[in-house]
Amino acid sequence: MVHTTMEGSLFEPTLYLVKGMCILDNDGNRILAKYYDKDVLPTAKEQKAFEKNLFNKTHRANAEIIMLEGLTCVYKSNVDLFFYVMGSSHENELILQSVLNALYESVSILLRRNVERRVLLDNLDAVMLAFDEICDGGVILDSDPTSIVGRAALRTEDVPLGEQTVAQVLQSAKEQLKWSLLK
Amino acid sequence: MSFKRDKKEEEDSGGNPYQNLDKTIVLQEARYFNQSPVNPRKCSLILTKVLYLLNQGEKFTTQEATEAFFATTKLFQSKDVMLRRMVYLCIKELSNLAQDVIIVTSSLTKDMTGKEDLYRAAAIRALCSITDSTMLQAIERYMKQAIVDKNPAVSSAALVSALHLSSTAPDLVRRWANEAQEAITSDNAMVSYHALGVVAGSRKNDKLSTVKLVTRLARAPLKSPYALCLLIRLAAQLVEDDDSDAAQPYIEFIECCLRHKSEMVIYEAAHAIVNLRKTARDLAPAVSVLQLFCGSSKASLRLAGARTLARLTTKHPTAVAACAVDLENLISDPNRSVATLAVTTLLATGAESSVDRLMKQISSFVSEISDEFKIVVVRAIRRLCTKFPRKHQSLAAFLAGMLRDEGGLEYKAAIADAIIALVEENPEAKETGLAHLCEFIEDCEHTALAVRILHLLGREGPKSRQPSRYIRFIYNRVILESGPVRAAAVSAVAQFGAQRPELLPNIRVLLSRCTLDEEDEVRDRAIYYSAILDSGDEQLINDYIINVPKPNPVLLEKALRDHLATRPDEPFNILTVPAEEEVKESKEAIVEIEVRKPVQMSIEEIYAEQLAKIPGIERLGPVFKTNLPIDLTEAETEYRVRLLKHVYARHVILQFECVNTLNDQLLEQVHVRLEMPPEYEVKSIVPCQKLIYDKPDSVFVIVEYPCAFLDSLGTFGATLEFVVRDCDPNTGIPDPGEGYADSYPLEEFEMGCADQIRARAGSDDWEQTWERAANAPEASDTFVLSQNDINDAAKAVCEHLGLPKAAIVGEAVKEIRGGGIFRGGAPVLVRARLAASGGGVTMKLAARSPREDVAQLLLAAVG
Repeated sequence: MVHTTMEGSLFEPTLYLVKGMCILDNDGNRILAKYYDKDVLPTAKEQKAFEKNLFNKTHRANAEIIMLEGLTCVYKSNVDLFFYVMGSSHENELILQSVLNALYESVSILLRRNVERRVLLDNLDAVMLAFDEICDGGVILDSDPTSIVGRAALRTEDVPLGEQTVAQVLQSAKEQLKWSLLK
Repeated sequence: MSFKRDKKEEEDSGGNPYQNLDKTIVLQEARYFNQSPVNPRKCSLILTKVLYLLNQGEKFTTQEATEAFFATTKLFQSKDVMLRRMVYLCIKELSNLAQDVIIVTSSLTKDMTGKEDLYRAAAIRALCSITDSTMLQAIERYMKQAIVDKNPAVSSAALVSALHLSSTAPDLVRRWANEAQEAITSDNAMVSYHALGVVAGSRKNDKLSTVKLVTRLARAPLKSPYALCLLIRLAAQLVEDDDSDAAQPYIEFIECCLRHKSEMVIYEAAHAIVNLRKTARDLAPAVSVLQLFCGSSKASLRLAGARTLARLTTKHPTAVAACAVDLENLISDPNRSVATLAVTTLLATGAESSVDRLMKQISSFVSEISDEFKIVVVRAIRRLCTKFPRKHQSLAAFLAGMLRDEGGLEYKAAIADAIIALVEENPEAKETGLAHLCEFIEDCEHTALAVRILHLLGREGPKSRQPSRYIRFIYNRVILESGPVRAAAVSAVAQFGAQRPELLPNIRVLLSRCTLDEEDEVRDRAIYYSAILDSGDEQLINDYIINVPKPNPVLLEKALRDHLATRPDEPFNILTVPAEEEVKESKEAIVEIEVRKPVQMSIEEIYAEQLAKIPGIERLGPVFKTNLPIDLTEAETEYRVRLLKHVYARHVILQFECVNTLNDQLLEQVHVRLEMPPEYEVKSIVPCQKLIYDKPDSVFVIVEYPCAFLDSLGTFGATLEFVVRDCDPNTGIPDPGEGYADSYPLEEFEMGCADQIRARAGSDDWEQTWERAANAPEASDTFVLSQNDINDAAKAVCEHLGLPKAAIVGEAVKEIRGGGIFRGGAPVLVRARLAASGGGVTMKLAARSPREDVAQLLLAAVG
C-alpha cells in the first residue's frame, strides 16, 4: 500500500500566507531574510542553500515569478539588489505580488529611490523595521508603502535639509523628478 | 598603513559595513547600553549589528542572548523613537533565545498603554511575543481595548498578536471575539482583514457560526481585498462541505466577486470556482477571466491564469481546449514557468490531430529551457503516449531525439522512464522503444541509468521476436563499461539464457567469459547464473533468475537486524519480508510545473516506528503485512477507534488507534477487552495510559495465532475499557477525584484470509507457473455464489482472498489467477473459474501450495 499526500486544491482560509521574505545582493548573498513557517526551511543552512538556488535561477531572467522547491516566489530586482517574497506553491500569486510591491516600494521610499546595496546597508535599521511592519510571523501586517514607511522610517524626517549635502539634495530631486515622469 | 588596509577591506567586502562582524565584539559593544545618557544613533547601530548577526544565522548561546537582551532593556530610558523601535525588534528576536524575558513585561505594558501611538503598536507585538498564557490574563483588559482602538496600527497589532496567541491559548483569545467582531467593520482595510482572520479562526470548529459569519459579510461586502479573499476561501470551504442547495448563495457570492475591481479578488474567485468539487453552473465567466489574465503584461498574472486553467484539464478539458489560442501565445513566454505550463496544458488537452503540430512547436522551445522544465515536458509527453497509443512512433522518435541531447541525470532518467513506460504499456511500441534504449546505453555516462535500462532489456528482450539482437548490445557493455554496469549486463544476459533455450549454448559461453572478470560482483554473478543454468532445473531457474522476489529494502534491513539480535542461529527466511510494491503513477493527469517527488512509504514502514515501542516486539520476527485500517466506530461518536492488523508469522498485533473527541474528558488506563475465536491467545496488552482530547493514541494487543492455519479464520468482538476523569475543557487539567470506570462497545471485526496473505495477480507466464506447481498438494471445490452478477461475484472472491482486481481475466467465463505468500512464508497459487448458470454463479476454486492446510484455508475463506 502506497500513501501519497494529496493536498486539497482550494486555497486554505488562513492569514499565514507569507512563508518568507528576503533581500539578496548581486552575488546572491543574504542581506536580510525572514522565514515565517517552522516547517519551511527551518535551519539557516537550508535557507541559505535555498537562497543560492533561488538566486541562480532568477538573477539572469527578470521573469517576476518562479516556482521553486515547493514555494511560489515572486521577485523584483534593481541595480544590485534582489527582493523576494515566498508563499506556498498553493497560494494566490497576486497576494504575494502585493506583498512584494509593498516591500519594494517602502524600501524605495526609505532609500529615496536609491535602491542600491550600499544605500540600503546605510539604512539597514530602517529596512529592518519596514520588514517587521510588512509581515508579522507570516501574517501580512500592512501593504501600504506610505503607512509602512510612516511607521518605520522615523529618521528620514529628522535629517533637516540643511544637513544634507548639495549633491544629496540634487540627487534626491533628480530621483523625484524621474519617478514622477515614470509614473 | 591602517588607512590602506581599511580601503582594501572595503573593496573586498564591497563596502558592506556589516561584513566580517564578530559576535563577541558586537556583544562587547552592547555593554555601552549601560551608560547614561546614551547616543541613540550609536545604540541603534549596535542593535542593527546584533540583528544582522541573528539574521545571518549566527548562533547565540542562551547566555549570550540573555546578556544582549538585558543590555537592550536598559535602552528603555532613551526617548529616541527610532531607537525604541529597534529595542522592540530586538526583544522580539531575542525572546526565544534568552532567559527571563518576562522581566520587560512592565516596561512594555507601560508603553502599550501610553500616549505615543508609534510605541503602542510595536509594544503590543513585542509583549505578546514574550508572554505566556498565564501572564496573558494580566494584560487581557488592555488587549481588548487595543483591538477596538481607533489607531489602525494599534488595532492591527493587537489582532495579529491575538491570532498568534490563539495557537497556544485558544480559549482566552476566544473571549476577545466580540471586540474582534466589532473591528471587522473598521474603515481601515488591514484592521478589518485581521479582525476577520481572528473571528474566523476562533470559529474554525464551529460550522454553524462560520455559516452565519460568511452569510452576514457576503451581504455587506468588505472593503479590503485581502479580507474579501479570505471570505471567498471561507465561502468556498462551506460549499465544499455542503452538498445541498443551501450552498448556492455562497457560489453566487463568489461569482459576484469575479466583477470586483481588484485583480487579486477576481483571481481568488476564479480560482475558487475552478477548484470547487461541485461544479458551478457556469464556468464560462471564471474561464474568461483567466483567459484575460493569460494576456496580461504581468508575469504573475499570466502564471496565475495559466496555472488555474491547467487545473481544469482533468475535469473540463473542453473548457480548457477553448482557450487553446491564448495558451499557444504563451509558448514563447519569457517566463519559462508560464511557457512550460502552457505547453503541458496544451499537450494534455490537445486532440490527436494537433499532436504533431505541437511537437514541432516544442522542439524549438525545448533547447532553450532548463532541465527541470524539460522533465515536466517529458512527463507530459509520457501521458500523451498513454492517451494516444497510435502516435507512439512519432512520440518515441521525439523522446529518442531528446535522449541524444545534452542533459543531466534526472532529465535523462525522466526520458528513459517515459520510454520504459511506453514499452510496457504499448506492445506495438516495444521493439522501437527497446531499440532506442539500446542505442542510448551505447553512449550513456550515467551508471544508474545504464543499470536500469539493462535490467529492462533483460526483462523485455527475451520476449521479443529477435532476442539475439539485444544480446549484442548487452554484451558490448560487459566489454566496455565499469563494474556495476558489467554486473547488470551479466544479469541481463542470464535472463536470455533462462527464457530462450535456443540461445542457451551461446549464453553459457558469454557467462563463462565473465567468470574471469576482475570485479568480484561480476564474477560472482556469472558463476551463480552459470551454475543455475547448468542445473537445467526449470523450477530453480524460474525462482532464482526469472521471478526473483524483491523485498522492500527498508523492511529487509530492519528484519535482518532484528533477526541478528534475537535468533542469529536460525536461518533467515527472506519470504517473510514484505515485497516491494511497484509505484503506480497516479492516473489523474494534473498539470504541474514543478517536479516534486512525493515521499512514498509503504504502510509497513509508516507504522514500524510506532510498533517499535512495544516491549519485546523484535521477538515476533519481521512484520509480514500491515492491513489497511478499518473503523470500529461510527464517524461522529464520542470516541473514534480505528483498527490496524499487523500480521507476523505466528502473531498478530491489533493496534487500536483511539481518538477522544470530548474536550471535557480525560481517559486513563485505556485498554481493550477482546472476545476471541477459540485457540487464539492474548500474549500481552500495551494499554494507553492517557487519552487526551483530540490527541490520537493507540492500544496494542499482541495475539498469538492458533497453531493450525485453518483455525485462524474467525470473528473478534472488542470493548474499549477506560477510566473517565472529567476535566476543564479549556486547560485540559482533570478535576480532583478518582474518576469512574466505563466501557464502550466497538464493532466486531474479522480475521480473514486476505489479512494473512500477500497476494498478487498471476503473471504473463501463468500457465507454466501453475503447471510447475502440479506436484504440490491441491485443494479444490465447487461453490455456488450468492451474487447474481458474475462481475460482482468475481470481485467479491478477489476481496476474500486479498487478490487485486487485475487477477480477473476472461469475458463470459471469468477466471481468477493469482498467487501469494501466506504468513510464515508458504507460497500458494489459486485459480478460480466462474460461470453464470441460470441466475446464479458457480465457481470452481483450486489452490496449490506446498502446505496443504494453506490451500484448504483459501477454500474455507470463500466457503
